Amino acid sequence: MPDSEIKNNYEPKIVAFFCNWCTYTAADLAGVSRLKYAPNVRVIRIMCSGRVDPQFILQAFASGADGVLIGGCHPGDCHYSEGNYKMLRRFRLLKRMLKSLGIAEKRLRLEWISASEGEKVKSVINEMVEQLKVLGPLAIPQSLDKINEELKEIPEEEIREEEPAHA
Amino acid sequence: MSDNNNKLNGSPQTNGAAVSNGTPKIGFYVCHCGHNIASQVDVEDVQKFASELPGVAVSRDYKYMCSDPGQELIQKDIKELGLNRIVVASCSPLLHEHTFRTAAEKAGLNPYYFHMVNIRENVSWVHDNKESATKKAKDLTRAAIQRVFFHKALEKKTVPINPDVLIVGGGIAGITAALTIANAGKHVYLVEREPTIGGHMAMFDKTFPTLDCAACILTPKMSAVKSHPHITMWTYSEVEKVDGFVGNYRVQVKRKPRYVNEELCVGCMECIDACIYKEAKYPDEFNQKLSKRKPIYIPFPQATPQVVLFDPETCIDFKSHRCKKTCIEVCDREAIDLKQVPEYKEINVGTVILTTGFKTYDAELSPQYGYGRYPNVYTSLEIERLVNASGPTAGEIINKDGIKPKSVGIIHCVGSRDQKAHKWCSKVCCMYSLKLAHLIKEHTGAQVYNFYIDMRTPGKGYEEFYDKLMTEGVHFVRGRVSEVTDWALVPEEENKLTIRVEDTLIGVVRRVPVDMVVLAVGLEPRVDADDIRRMFNISCSNEGWFLERHPKLAPVSTFTDGIFIAGGCQGPKDIPDSVAQAGAAAAEVLSLISAGSIELEPNTASIMEDHCSGCKSCIPLCPYSAISYIEDSKKAYINEALCKGCGTCVAACPSGSITQNMFDDEQIFSEIDGLLKFAGIELEETEGEHA
Repeated sequence: MPDSEIKNNYEPKIVAFFCNWCTYTAADLAGVSRLKYAPNVRVIRIMCSGRVDPQFILQAFASGADGVLIGGCHPGDCHYSEGNYKMLRRFRLLKRMLKSLGIAEKRLRLEWISASEGEKVKSVINEMVEQLKVLGPLAIPQSLDKINEELKEIPEEEIREEEPAHA
Repeated sequence: MSDNNNKLNGSPQTNGAAVSNGTPKIGFYVCHCGHNIASQVDVEDVQKFASELPGVAVSRDYKYMCSDPGQELIQKDIKELGLNRIVVASCSPLLHEHTFRTAAEKAGLNPYYFHMVNIRENVSWVHDNKESATKKAKDLTRAAIQRVFFHKALEKKTVPINPDVLIVGGGIAGITAALTIANAGKHVYLVEREPTIGGHMAMFDKTFPTLDCAACILTPKMSAVKSHPHITMWTYSEVEKVDGFVGNYRVQVKRKPRYVNEELCVGCMECIDACIYKEAKYPDEFNQKLSKRKPIYIPFPQATPQVVLFDPETCIDFKSHRCKKTCIEVCDREAIDLKQVPEYKEINVGTVILTTGFKTYDAELSPQYGYGRYPNVYTSLEIERLVNASGPTAGEIINKDGIKPKSVGIIHCVGSRDQKAHKWCSKVCCMYSLKLAHLIKEHTGAQVYNFYIDMRTPGKGYEEFYDKLMTEGVHFVRGRVSEVTDWALVPEEENKLTIRVEDTLIGVVRRVPVDMVVLAVGLEPRVDADDIRRMFNISCSNEGWFLERHPKLAPVSTFTDGIFIAGGCQGPKDIPDSVAQAGAAAAEVLSLISAGSIELEPNTASIMEDHCSGCKSCIPLCPYSAISYIEDSKKAYINEALCKGCGTCVAACPSGSITQNMFDDEQIFSEIDGLLKFAGIELEETEGEHA
């Protein structure tokens, strides 16, 4: 896809993990209040933001997400006391790792959104979509395909014994 | 690393050996919800799209899936087509998940083979481009269909309900709920922070619109609480700690020292007379600091319990230990104990009702009205005490200089409907202002002016009361008051407070000189409402009011099972509404107690013993101490009774040895995969790899 076309037609894809008690309920509230936001987000409901395994996030990026959004309860408000703090720790570690992998910081976002903050669901999603539009597609699956294609052209003996990253 | 590779690359495929729960035969149903969904999502297109997905045996759309015929459609298909997975795309699972699970269960399918796609709150109601909304609905559908492949049959967890109930806050709502529950023969612990129950209502003189004497209708209820065999009333006490879950809460209550033995004191008040302070000299909180009390006092004559208490801040003996202790000498029941220390009570209850009430707006925050600056500017609560026969002036309405006012201005909406203070309408102020106008006129014969923005009198007999006031000669001026000032421009304003207001009905700015100003202060959440709600693990609205589970259909329930709310803590409301809510909360509690047990979601976590390396990473993560380390087997163990199913340990296990029912790794990975298929990525067939 030529660059110009990407810029014009590019709609980022966001996978969101929303905790059942605060952010998912806030998203419901946004719906009931008929707030309009960008349709780029796909929500997965989990009981607590503490359930978000960093592998979920990596899997989402690897499968073609341009951004991942995690929504949890405000500090002190977690339905399970402190799951959101556990998420925060993992989030900070993962951010460092993503940086070293060359994945822009703004592609992963953690937000505390309480059950009454339907408006915040809207503003966070809209803002993130705008930011991702500036960043452009992450397109990890396509890059991996490309790498695999290139690997095919290298004579067998030059490839190390280990399996390539994307089997 | 090989494990990671498996997860990253071998995303669950919808075919192949990965599926261990029988060959899925999925029934997919998409709901129009009248026009709610169908107007923004091409429902037929979604139905057609789903019918072509692997595993889908039948795909249908229907006008209202939650209706009886909609549910019957599912049940018929389960029986006739032998479906073993059900996916419904309709509203939020928080609304109708239970409905569809029950429908599936009735047709003989384990309810946990059901999954719901939210295409109303998450799609049709929040997007206005039909094409992209439909696309999103399809992605969510595909994710759900991939997910149900990995669903398992689960058994619901049942926990017994301890029949004892905790009620926090002894205002009219708490009193009503306590009596209702106790009359049903269940034991109630009523915890009140103040030295007496009664709350705000005990401070009022009359109640609108019937002009019942507040004390006359409240105090019999207060006495009934005190003497009820099924109520343990703890005043001057606060909840310190709450543990546990629905049916089984462990609560620690701190009983603050009164320095008087509650069992021995009979409320004769001889100690108060005997206090070495002959004159009362400390501000009386109950009378809004309009009168004075001694260091040993009783808040008001009908205080319940009728027990005096010490204020250690002002008692000489607490400060210098050099008092003659005449109070102790005079008490022949030896009830006074100056060495009393806080007492901590541990109780087990099954359910909790929070009736912690509200506070009134601090009028000093609206300086234009001069509260705190001009002595003759009062808040409505102060006037309630002034009008009250047992108040600081024995019911006489007089200014601080002792002069009876000839004209009084009541300013509505102080702190309410104000962008600089609170945006909300406090609901009760119009009516109590009318009541106070009536009482002031009755007591003093003064000219009374009401300055209002809008008169809000919805309620039985309320509008009629307003009509009555107009015939009584009370003046009504429509307009928000801009300021109260003592700066006289004309001789009539000398020594008076002048209210500046634009009378919007006649379109002129008026200056109304009065002797007394009453500020109709609004209602706001208590200062520590946030601490209380966190302790009980419930949410609040942006304004700080406790949040109900559903504003219309579950107005006294919260998102935490077994915790209910009633009265002013949930939002501004008058006495009839508070009493009604308290009754509703009591009914909710009694229905739980009567059922004897409650079914909980079986979303607990468990350890896969074969894989657990015994690294103990998970143990400190659990907020409920549900995980322990078994020395013999060198493995972790999760006590399912304690696990609440947050999944934090599942996400943290380095070897992926913890699974969580309903939110298992493979279920979520398949969901992620399903959501992103529209990226145009077709992952290689990795049949069998995942298994």
